[in-house]
Amino acid sequence: MATLQTSTLSAIRSQQNQLLNDWIDGLEASGATRNLKEQDLKQQTSEFLSLIVNGLERDSGQNIAAAGWDEIRQFLEKLSHSRALLGQDSHQTANFIFALKGPLFNLLQREYKDNPATLAEQLWEISELLDALGMHTIRTFQKSRESVIKRQQEELLELSTPVVKLWDGVLALPMIGTLDSQRTQVVMESLLQRIVDTGSEIAIIDITGVPTVDTLVAQHLLKTVTAIRLMGADCIISGVRPQIAQTIVHLGLDLQGVVTKANLADALKLALTRLGLNVTKAV
Amino acid sequence: MDRIPILQMGDLLLVTIQVDMYDQLALTLQDDLSERISRTSARGVLIDISALDMVDSFIGRMIDTISGLSKIMDAQTVLVGMQPAVAITLVELGLTLPGVSTALNVERGMKLLQDRVREQ
Repeated sequence: MATLQTSTLSAIRSQQNQLLNDWIDGLEASGATRNLKEQDLKQQTSEFLSLIVNGLERDSGQNIAAAGWDEIRQFLEKLSHSRALLGQDSHQTANFIFALKGPLFNLLQREYKDNPATLAEQLWEISELLDALGMHTIRTFQKSRESVIKRQQEELLELSTPVVKLWDGVLALPMIGTLDSQRTQVVMESLLQRIVDTGSEIAIIDITGVPTVDTLVAQHLLKTVTAIRLMGADCIISGVRPQIAQTIVHLGLDLQGVVTKANLADALKLALTRLGLNVTKAV
Repeated sequence: MDRIPILQMGDLLLVTIQVDMYDQLALTLQDDLSERISRTSARGVLIDISALDMVDSFIGRMIDTISGLSKIMDAQTVLVGMQPAVAITLVELGLTLPGVSTALNVERGMKLLQDRVREQ
């Protein structure tokens, strides 16, 4: 297997500045530098270049999982993580590495213009190495993105299910967003737990913020209503918009046994009546 | 053999399930309760399951059966204190207990039961 020759390494080292400038020019031309500070970019590129030279000097071979490439792998992981947080896409992040290919190939071409066999061999070596590094970057970038998405999902799940107390013995749950099995489960659990904790007799589920109601959503709602009834409390569904009412009728859904109201105010009024309370205007 | 105690309060019967239910215990309770209703001619039954934190389909059906048989023997049944997890399990099992009256706790259940009995 071919290895990088010492002459290649020394050529890279001696023309590091030239390489760096070409690389940054290439990056800017490809648009991969958007949202990045010029200073950060300079620092990152020069750090990467010196790390790659260090790695090559140690003669760590092509396998970037080897111990000699530890530093550069850590650097790339940090880099792709910061890119993920900046909201850059995988294309831009990968371009950071791949834009180095052009300047490096030019350099090698100048260096070995009299020796095509060596040139091809050295090009292949450099290309392999950069590809491996690029793949590693993409992999860690994807991982960072996934962890960001996962965290956001969890936060969204917690944010979207607040159970509020409207009155003594009346709880309300304003649902916002699409209802799926997982969310219904969380909603059901938190609402039932609050019913036990507060001893509330009436729970109002407000679906004003639910964009569509299909058979699945209706089934989830019915399950929640039944669970609430089994606990010994009553449930009112409010916020049934005209379109949703039409959809429910068109789908032929059976919402029998479920009390529905057009808006939260009506539902609260009904709840107060059931509790035997009366709201009057103070004169 | 274990038995679940059935307490009498006037013309009402009070059943509190304080231990984990298993099938034989449920069957014994069913027999005991029907026998007690007929002997005391009770008008209402209150079943407190607040200490029950696990149910399966058999226990769920048993609850349904008990309420059904007391209705036939002219006694109203109110089920009180169901835990959230139990309620979710029963719903997922498809046991919605349509004929069973429920209440949040014993106090409210008792009030509901007395109202029902008076209405009759």
